[in-house]
Amino acid sequence: MKLFDIIRTASSNTLRSKLRTSLTIIAIFIGSFTLTLTNGLGSGISTYIDAQINNLGAKDVLVIRAGDSSVGGGEASDSDKPKEYDASKKIATTSFGIATTVLTDNDISKIKKVAGIKSVEPNLALAPDYISSGLNDKKYQVSANPYISGTKIELASGEQLSNDGTELDALLPLEYVEVLGYSSNQDVVGKKVEIGVTDGTGEHRNLTAIIKGVQQKGVTNAGGMNTNTALTNAIYKAQTTGLPASSINSYTALVAKFDASYSKAQIDSLKKDLKDQGYAATTFEEQIGSFKQVVEGIVLVLNAFAVIALLAASFGIINTLLMSVQERTKEIGLMKAMGMSSSKIFMLFSAEAVMLGFWGSFIGVVIAQIVGRIVNSIVSNGILKDLAGLTLLSFPIQSTITIVLIVMLIAFLAGTLPAFRAARQNPIDSLRYE
Amino acid sequence: MTIPTVLNAQDVVKTYGKGTAAFKALRGVSLEIKQGESIAIIGKSGSGKSTLMHLLALLDKPTSGSIDVDGQVAASLSSRKLNDLRNHKFGFVFQQFFLNANASVLENVILPLKIAGIGSRERKRLGMAVLEKVELADKAKNKAKDLSGGQKQRVVIARALINDPQVIFADEPTGNLDSATGAKVEDLLFALNKKQGITLIVVTHDEDLARRCDRQIYIRDGEIVKTTSTQKRRMV
Repeated sequence: MKLFDIIRTASSNTLRSKLRTSLTIIAIFIGSFTLTLTNGLGSGISTYIDAQINNLGAKDVLVIRAGDSSVGGGEASDSDKPKEYDASKKIATTSFGIATTVLTDNDISKIKKVAGIKSVEPNLALAPDYISSGLNDKKYQVSANPYISGTKIELASGEQLSNDGTELDALLPLEYVEVLGYSSNQDVVGKKVEIGVTDGTGEHRNLTAIIKGVQQKGVTNAGGMNTNTALTNAIYKAQTTGLPASSINSYTALVAKFDASYSKAQIDSLKKDLKDQGYAATTFEEQIGSFKQVVEGIVLVLNAFAVIALLAASFGIINTLLMSVQERTKEIGLMKAMGMSSSKIFMLFSAEAVMLGFWGSFIGVVIAQIVGRIVNSIVSNGILKDLAGLTLLSFPIQSTITIVLIVMLIAFLAGTLPAFRAARQNPIDSLRYE
Repeated sequence: MTIPTVLNAQDVVKTYGKGTAAFKALRGVSLEIKQGESIAIIGKSGSGKSTLMHLLALLDKPTSGSIDVDGQVAASLSSRKLNDLRNHKFGFVFQQFFLNANASVLENVILPLKIAGIGSRERKRLGMAVLEKVELADKAKNKAKDLSGGQKQRVVIARALINDPQVIFADEPTGNLDSATGAKVEDLLFALNKKQGITLIVVTHDEDLARRCDRQIYIRDGEIVKTTSTQKRRMV
């Protein structure tokens, strides 16, 4: 019998007992439907996180803190124990209330000498008081983060910042657009805003910055506005005026750039070099990586449930086919008497199992995608409205095909037992069978 | 001119089971069947007549003794060769029809060609031709279950004929039919035997059917007890 005829015969055999076939297909459908959704959730979220990592920082950047720092994934050994006082180390309290050893210009020049480091800049901690548009008389509290060159921030309007140039530029967080009195995201671009800063002597100072764009909300955008180097320096200068020099030149973190072509191993060795000198260095990816790991873990557990459903369904396949073999004993005997080989009989029943797997998974995948699209549109207009660019469930074509193939494989394996039974039957016994 | 031997069984023994539970279905049967002969194997149920037919049709292997097909020793053939042989040389007609009730008449008839791997257009052509022969061409698209008993048996004969076999094995071909339709089916089988020279091996306990064959082999308790011949008409 030709392969094509085997497949056609198997296909029409599945239709002989329609109720039984459809019940088996439903069982497979449930499994593959679940697997598609959980997988879609996983790939939707990790795509989003990858975008956010891009958003957060360039790939060739290390955030460097003092080696005994207890934030940002540094090597925080014994962090629970009180630390002994060391007069040579200055301690600052960060905005999170965590004590950390500060870094100075000394450290900058030390790190610059480490092989592989291209440039080192202090990550200035900015503390503006408020932002105001002048369109209404309201002032709003705001935080600010220095923009790192090469970072792709998701924008609702306008363009990315440039750290070259002397113009004081900023990106405005989305939620400030309305309260500051602008009519639309586009309306803000190019407008001047007033930024209020209190200096070291307690005196109030005003800066005027130009809004280059509106940034989307995301899990990694802390909610503060991004400032270009000129504005960063201006704010920092304003807020440190009147402070002693030792206090101006101390930083909680430094931002170092390395060769963008570095491999994972090279980055690791660079981090080790820095660690040997007493610094804790992390990439942006690592800072957010732990979140991704958690999501991946949850998706894995969900996938496991879907696979369990598929395993249960595979027993349904075994059962269905065993009944088929039983019912068609005479037919199998006849085909064997007419010269059909055992291997072809095996293929015939295996093909039937694979067929059940195919239809179950195909329907499951299609319906899961329809449901996924509906859920996506509900969710992105609902609870996840603020997370622009998040597709909660995404269905890349390769993983869809992979799911169908995996289910077909499971079905094939489930079909081997009944198919083997059919193949082994003795034609005479089968023909005598009542 | 000598007529070639199609099937030759020599001292065939078939034992089912082992030890004390062993049951000797055949106790040394020898039988030579010539091309174009019609043979009736007659016996009561349990006499071993079906076992003999199964062995001759190469559906089973003898415990001892040998069976030659066209001078080839069957035991020396690979299972693939055996399958090929059954597919191309033999046709089977069973008392219980063994039709796929929900498939069309044509589908049922072309099953041996499907197994042989013949293309679907050719299958259809040959299928319609053979249905023409048994006068069922107009029923080709009907489901097998909608046919009468006599029609079903004609479909079975069409199925046995489709691969242009050398030998047709018929196990109680008229057992399930009333005498009028039974007679028609018999006529059809013997016409094939006479006109196309197809060797006919009929297993039956019906004396009237047996008498229409060239030779009658009577079997009792696994042994040939009597052989009669009505060969006058066919003497060469």
